[in-house]
Amino acid sequence: MGSTAVEKIISKSLGQKVSAGDFVEVPVDFAYFHDGTGPLIIDALNEMGVKRIFDPEMVGIVFDHSVPPYSDQAATLQAKVRRFAREQRITKFHDLGEGICHQVIPEKGYVGPGMIVVGADSHSCTLGAFGLFSTGMGATDLAYILATGKTWLKVPETLYVKCDGHLSRGVSSKDLILEIVRIVGTDGATYKALEFAGEAVKSMSQSSRMTMANMAVEMGAKTGFIEADEKTIEFLGRKGEIFRTDYVDESLDLDVSSLEPKVACPGSVSNVKSVSEVEGQPIDQAFLGSCTNGRYEDLFEAAKILKGKKVHRDTRLIVIPASKSTYIKAHREGLIDIFLEAGAIIGVVGCGPCLGVHMGVLGENEVCVSTSNRNFIGRMGARSSSVYLASPQTVAASAIEGRIADPRRYLQ
Amino acid sequence: MIKGKVWKFGDDIDTDVIIPAKYLRSVDKSIWPKHVLEGLDPSFSSKVRPGDIIVAGKNFGCGSSREQAVLAIKWAGISAVVAESFARIFFRNGINNGLPLIECHGISGAVDEGDVIEIDLDKGEVYTKRGTLKTSPLPVFLQEILKSGGLVEYYKKKVSHDLERNQDR
Ligand code: SF4
Repeated sequence: MGSTAVEKIISKSLGQKVSAGDFVEVPVDFAYFHDGTGPLIIDALNEMGVKRIFDPEMVGIVFDHSVPPYSDQAATLQAKVRRFAREQRITKFHDLGEGICHQVIPEKGYVGPGMIVVGADSHSCTLGAFGLFSTGMGATDLAYILATGKTWLKVPETLYVKCDGHLSRGVSSKDLILEIVRIVGTDGATYKALEFAGEAVKSMSQSSRMTMANMAVEMGAKTGFIEADEKTIEFLGRKGEIFRTDYVDESLDLDVSSLEPKVACPGSVSNVKSVSEVEGQPIDQAFLGSCTNGRYEDLFEAAKILKGKKVHRDTRLIVIPASKSTYIKAHREGLIDIFLEAGAIIGVVGCGPCLGVHMGVLGENEVCVSTSNRNFIGRMGARSSSVYLASPQTVAASAIEGRIADPRRYLQ
Repeated sequence: MIKGKVWKFGDDIDTDVIIPAKYLRSVDKSIWPKHVLEGLDPSFSSKVRPGDIIVAGKNFGCGSSREQAVLAIKWAGISAVVAESFARIFFRNGINNGLPLIECHGISGAVDEGDVIEIDLDKGEVYTKRGTLKTSPLPVFLQEILKSGGLVEYYKKKVSHDLERNQDR
């Protein structure tokens, strides 16, 4: 019997064959966290009495959640993490303005295919798009990893999602992943690895693949996984070991060719409808950014639609590049000018309003269409506000019309 | 044995409703239990009493990795959470902080809000007015972490000791 890629990665690391369901203690190759989870990690390390962490070279820190800090307390907590980074001689430390951790860590080439990675953020599954095992954990688990270089895991089963065919014009990997969430449900992949494969995934850019793996956790999964190839190596600027699945016990086959733009309606990420069913829903805000869809390609696709157009007067459009290098490229290529001329606001590089804390939070009863990944009650602001999740193309078209709109009309 | 009064919730209770992100960047940790489950019921923290038990449906604790979600529940005095199923990061965070989380199929249909239930962690049983339910037992080493009071205590008792021993050699 063969194994899944994730089983092989863990087996290789341990030097013995493991399979789904085994509880193992594994060495962690790389661990990272941000300004949001950092303070509790440091508290846990102090409580443990750890003076020196196991290996500063395997640790990355990126400030992205409150950038720049919106309160004295947020600033105080960041200062605490900054001090820790200095004391522990953590060189892979990125202060305010570098970008969102899930974007910066691979951009810098800190990780490579075949590695075992843990991040103190639920969307650490994003990095599975690089052919590695990456999962999110809480602060205490991270403290344990920083102290010992290890963590315990239950080797996950893999739900293999095979996507055949080709996405049509105006339809992106975001629409595909929303459709997959609709099918699998918010807990359909709990404890599992979700592997995305097939022609449609192979032909996707590395950025589009990251959007897919990013939302694996929205189905309860431990990680998203996509087999590495030349595109992966090019993005990372480094090589690694490529692992392939040659056995699966559960698979889902999709043909993506007839897929339409999708929207996840408020309250649950699995509450997914075709854009035609929600078209016309008025919006107060449109948000283009986050670790799901704040990359250059996302800004590029949105700019194609917004070029020479204006954001509707009843709507505000907030655009936030996912990293500094994304921002620089978007600026150089003229995308930032297109957004500004259309009437958009460009936010500070980071998570922005995604988690409802600052830089574009929603007021009472306000409605936002967003390229991010969660639409829980109150996620982006007031309890009575609501969030529709969609692709960059749909968000751009909706910003122009002031209501949810089908982007394909702008692409003829 | 854990015994307490039940507060009942539905499926997919996410970490944003357990503790909204706007309270996370606080130097004063005591504010978290004051806002526990505020996203669903703003008066919850004033009604809950030490020893009470949360009963919920499937996928409890889905969403972000914020450990404050577990701490808010624990520090509000909740003695255990019994759910049809848990989201995995929340589950780890609960065990790591010594908060008993019990996965128990059929619990939603077996209790009503305000009931008093009893939980026997060793036997893996939950006693309700509609009968006894079996729970999925924790693997032994997770039970050890939980019994130590969490991962920090576990580390202090076991791991740091081993590390020192190795260094002595
Ligand atoms: S962009 Fe949103 S989902 Fe992504 S890491 Fe930041 S807060 Fe989390």
